Amino acid sequence: MGFIAKRFANFLLLVIIATTAGYLLAASALNPRENFLGRNPPVPENTINSILTQVNMNDQDPVLQRYGTWVGGVVKGDLGKTIFSESVNEEFKNRIWVSFRLLILGSILGAVFGVLIGVISAVRQYKFFDRTFGYSSYIILSTPVFLIAILLKFFAVFINEKLGFTLFYTVGLNTPEISGFELFVNSLQHMILPTLSLTLGGIAFYSRWQRNSMLDVLGSDHLRTARAKGLTKRQALFKHGLRVAVLPMATFFAYSFGLLIAGAAFTESIFGWYGMGEWFIRAVNTNDINSVSAIVLFTAILVLFAGFLADVLTAALDPRVRIR
Amino acid sequence: MSEKKLNQAKDETLSRRQLIVRRFFRNKSAVFGLGTLLFITALAVLGPYLTPWTWDLSKENGLDFNAFIDSPYGGGLTAPSFDDGHYFGTSQVGGDVFAQTIRGLQKSLLIGLLVAVFSTSIAAIVGATAGYLMGRTDKGLMWLVDLLLVLPSFLILAILSRWYQSSGWLLLVVLLAAFNWMITARIVRSVSMSLRERDFIRAARYMGVPTRKIISKHLIPNMASLLIIDGTLNVGGAILSETGLSYLGFGVRAPDVSLGSLIAEGTASALTYPWLFMFSGGLLILTVLAISLIGDGLRDAFDPGSKSGRKS
Repeated sequence: MGFIAKRFANFLLLVIIATTAGYLLAASALNPRENFLGRNPPVPENTINSILTQVNMNDQDPVLQRYGTWVGGVVKGDLGKTIFSESVNEEFKNRIWVSFRLLILGSILGAVFGVLIGVISAVRQYKFFDRTFGYSSYIILSTPVFLIAILLKFFAVFINEKLGFTLFYTVGLNTPEISGFELFVNSLQHMILPTLSLTLGGIAFYSRWQRNSMLDVLGSDHLRTARAKGLTKRQALFKHGLRVAVLPMATFFAYSFGLLIAGAAFTESIFGWYGMGEWFIRAVNTNDINSVSAIVLFTAILVLFAGFLADVLTAALDPRVRIR
Repeated sequence: MSEKKLNQAKDETLSRRQLIVRRFFRNKSAVFGLGTLLFITALAVLGPYLTPWTWDLSKENGLDFNAFIDSPYGGGLTAPSFDDGHYFGTSQVGGDVFAQTIRGLQKSLLIGLLVAVFSTSIAAIVGATAGYLMGRTDKGLMWLVDLLLVLPSFLILAILSRWYQSSGWLLLVVLLAAFNWMITARIVRSVSMSLRERDFIRAARYMGVPTRKIISKHLIPNMASLLIIDGTLNVGGAILSETGLSYLGFGVRAPDVSLGSLIAEGTASALTYPWLFMFSGGLLILTVLAISLIGDGLRDAFDPGSKSGRKS
């Protein structure tokens, strides 16, 4: 129990520091005033100031004072206003599930298939399966997410043309004005490409590490002992090998979650999903400090939660960690 | 010691290097990677001399007005052909795609290389200091690493994009390096922790060699192979980060071009005019692939026993 409590305290501290840093960076690098300058007819300075003050982004107020106001709101569950004087909370609520779907599916599918492929590759080292997936993962890891997404889009349009009907949709969450089962199928058709473009990288990433880790375990003494006491190869692998080999992946899970969130920004903007990533890009481009900070907070919590989960998972799988 | 023995020792130091080189060149994929990278580098260096056109649209040779007359697609678009000197075709405004791709390639390669050198150096210094000194310094530095890993570097760099876009791409290099060293630093740290218990480091410490000198003269040179491998792989990572940022308009921005911004420009009409993004995209994948093949080949050559690659 002490282990978890300690990790949680550290977790909270890091979230606070990361968000503070995020807010201060955004507040000093982004310039909301820019949005109102150069308009025709010109906006009077007083109007600009009063709008900016109202949304707590006036650069004439000290940064720390603005930060104080922002934190005061966040503690009460109010993330402030966007540059367009709308509620950040509303926007957050509308977008979070779009991203969550993508992130959860992306991380789980990536980890599960990656680990599976990695284990099989290790067991069948240098065989056809290992080579095929080895080379493919090299190529996928060398391709940035946005290029994977574009190429998938290319491929989908080609398939659709060949089939004569739309199997894959390349824009949006679902087609409007349908409901029930039709809507479900339609959403799935929309979901395949974005999820795939986010997952492929994860699969390649995990499979390479899992293969290496599994190869180490396959050559280890304790697996030989397990065979020596009479277990079959399969039993030894599943009972004693896999558990040890999967352990290091937990750490990678935490690291790769940050990458996944960045990847989601590309996927969402390419496939026209109005999620958190797309919002982030838009917010930076419109100097929307409060929205940027809300997304930074969201990201910090997610990444650290993934790290926390990885720690707990490691402790559950590896009794040695719990003693420390 | 007899002269014979000395000579033998000399042979052995030589043969280690030879051994590494031989192992590297026996690795087919590593040789393929090296060949590809050499070809790409040659293309980036010699490319501008192969075409009369220039990447800069504001220059005299930047725009081809004949393309507007010849274009079967409207605007200044023409498909790749050798007849009119546009090997990769022309863009909507009549710019030569080959010249722009070469410029983007130069930029991306240069940024990748510089970022890798900087970030690997930071990683070596921070990791070695933390691993050698241990205790409070180690805790503090590793906490900093943890903190920097909380926020994806992409997020921070996008927020800071206004700064470096107004003051040139060198600041982009510095910032990319500043948020790219953490994982290598962890690996360096764990290696330093085991090296510091070795006799030669202990001897140096007991002889009163100052800490800074031990780290720079004894610790870091002994991790050279690790740093070379990680440095190589970091080039690929840096190119991916840079092109990603440029793709979204947060990196290298017009009028200058990088592979990322070229791909972004080309994707709007990728389906109908594939030559606009095909070459920059292909070169990007090929470059990063070649670099990672070289990096892994180097690792196998330096340390043939390691199956698990990077140990953290």
